[in-house]
Amino acid sequence: MTRAFVSRDMASVALGADEVAQAFEAAGCEVIRTGSRGLFSIEPLVEVEKDGTRVAFGPVGPGDVAAVLNGSHAARLGDVSALPFFAGQQRFTFARCGVIDPLCLEDYAAHGGWRGLDAARAMAPQAVVDAVKASGLRGRGGAGFPTGIKWQTVLDAVSDAKFIVCNADEGDSGTFADRMLMEGDPLCLIEGMAIAGHAVGAGHGYVYIRSEYPYAIATMREAIALSAKRIAPFTLEVRMGAGAYVCGEETALLDSIEGKRGQVRAKPPLPALAGLFGQPTVINNVLSLAAVPFILSEGAEAYAAVGFGRSRGTMPVQLAGNVKHGGLYEIGFGITLGELVNGIGGGTASGRPVRAVQVGGPLGAYFPPSMFDLPFDYEAFAQAGGLIGHAGITLFDDSVDMAHMARFAMEFCSVESCGKCTPCRIGSTRGVEVMDRIIAARDTQPVAAEPVGGGLTKALYSRAPDRNDGGLEAQTALLRDLCDTMKYGSLCALGGFTPYPVLSALDHFPEDFGAPAPVKEAAA
Amino acid sequence: MQQDKVVEEATLLIEDWARVHGRTRDGLLPLLHWLQEEIGYVDDAAVPVIARALNLSRADVHGVVTFYHDFRRAPAGRHVVKLCRAESCQARGGTAVEATAVARLGVAMGETRRDGQVTLEPVYCLGLCAIGPNALVDGRPVARIDAAALNRIAQEISA
Repeated sequence: MTRAFVSRDMASVALGADEVAQAFEAAGCEVIRTGSRGLFSIEPLVEVEKDGTRVAFGPVGPGDVAAVLNGSHAARLGDVSALPFFAGQQRFTFARCGVIDPLCLEDYAAHGGWRGLDAARAMAPQAVVDAVKASGLRGRGGAGFPTGIKWQTVLDAVSDAKFIVCNADEGDSGTFADRMLMEGDPLCLIEGMAIAGHAVGAGHGYVYIRSEYPYAIATMREAIALSAKRIAPFTLEVRMGAGAYVCGEETALLDSIEGKRGQVRAKPPLPALAGLFGQPTVINNVLSLAAVPFILSEGAEAYAAVGFGRSRGTMPVQLAGNVKHGGLYEIGFGITLGELVNGIGGGTASGRPVRAVQVGGPLGAYFPPSMFDLPFDYEAFAQAGGLIGHAGITLFDDSVDMAHMARFAMEFCSVESCGKCTPCRIGSTRGVEVMDRIIAARDTQPVAAEPVGGGLTKALYSRAPDRNDGGLEAQTALLRDLCDTMKYGSLCALGGFTPYPVLSALDHFPEDFGAPAPVKEAAA
Repeated sequence: MQQDKVVEEATLLIEDWARVHGRTRDGLLPLLHWLQEEIGYVDDAAVPVIARALNLSRADVHGVVTFYHDFRRAPAGRHVVKLCRAESCQARGGTAVEATAVARLGVAMGETRRDGQVTLEPVYCLGLCAIGPNALVDGRPVARIDAAALNRIAQEISA
């Protein structure tokens, strides 16, 4: 019987993969549902197995079955891994994603699964922690904290109960790597968590997944049930979020698992010492934990051999937004932003020029094309006034209004603020108001000197004369002042990093804020 | 009268749940999710029942119910459309699609239509960021939403 491989990834399903799979089944094929290969411009993708090799076709609709099976379909791609989008990748973490049936233990074992766990369990816990340290792995959730050092703290903590918590609350727009891994290779994450459990002496783990990812939740639950015996005595359970972005912040996430409002805790104490239920807790992102099986099976040196500066190993970069070839591109650190956006992504989907890219989700900075020579590296991005975050890159074409995006950043913060600290809770609301005034003033050039709201506002705010000046200059100064307060006064990254998109938009695209455009450096 | 019925039904469900899953505080979110799955929303009248079952204060339970965007305190429409408003969908024309959706479905963002047929809700990212604008229509993911797709969705929810 002909075997056909069709993705079960939520993105593929959104593009019609279920109907395609049904059509191939109806035509008498044995359909195997895999994860996604990670290039969404060719989804729904079908790979037909012929003489042991897979021939890919995509995008394919349910009416294309006959043409695909006889090989005459126009969208024939041949060997997927030979396509330019895939040939340049270094797939350490996502090696199996899109290849295997994610819920088949035999498939997983046949493709190198469990070798990391077996290797780890043959080692002393300290040796496992040392291997993770030697790999140079840093937190893939965005902060970039060395994973091995976090594990060492938990290993050294004395307690009867310790926990492993996986942060799968991937709320950043433009990121989907966690979702793809949980849907396409959930056993890899489970293996990584079991290794972490052995390394620090924890018996139980939680995977906290956002409720917006119903497919990932279902797949993880099934995979945990399937692999329970293999990872015993370590045990795992899935906890579902409830639509709060701030729960991606690690201490808010812990409170949420405990059944409380997802409010940020003040640190110290570190979660590594007093985390979930007050016990020492390893809390890592999906991608950090999923990188661990490779490190243990292939060796820390193999992982550390790839990378740039102090950023070692690979990063699954996600190309999103108005991008021609969007998807997941796993590559060693050091590749430039421009190579990713124009080379790999192929520019915008609309065909218009790229005007801005946002790196790192709603809290990441906007960069203009003049900064596309930035290497993908934690330090380089921090120096440039931005962050890598979860490595999502969202492209915008020249129709984007950057003042509107800055306003949205403030609005998003005000919707999602947990409310615990004032700079974030109140600052974001004031930020939306300031942006509204800037946009209004910009759109009614020349600048009206009239204070917004007239005499009443003046009376209400009589002790803050600068707020009476609705003019561009005063409001822009106020915005910078507000961002300064939020950046240094907020308890966590939500309020603290919202100034990144706002100020980067203001600095790099002042013309959208009613100021004169910056003198462009000569395009050599 | 109706209040009593709500409390009665919620009490039975909550006691069932607590027998299986226990009465520790960390069960609160799973319990609320399950209750909403069963009844469609978390009625204010159920809050004291939950508080008693898990040995929490009413204020505590109320605080959690109102903190998380997912939990409803009133029934939703027969169909629920969750439309993504985040940056990646905006980069692909999401703002215009949102305006069209509001007009085509005849309901404001975050509201339930007066005939109870549809609820339109914002969602911030479904993780389908290279193929937006995206939505969840009654839990089913829909990508690359344009005017034609909105017409199909409008047709679907009129059923």
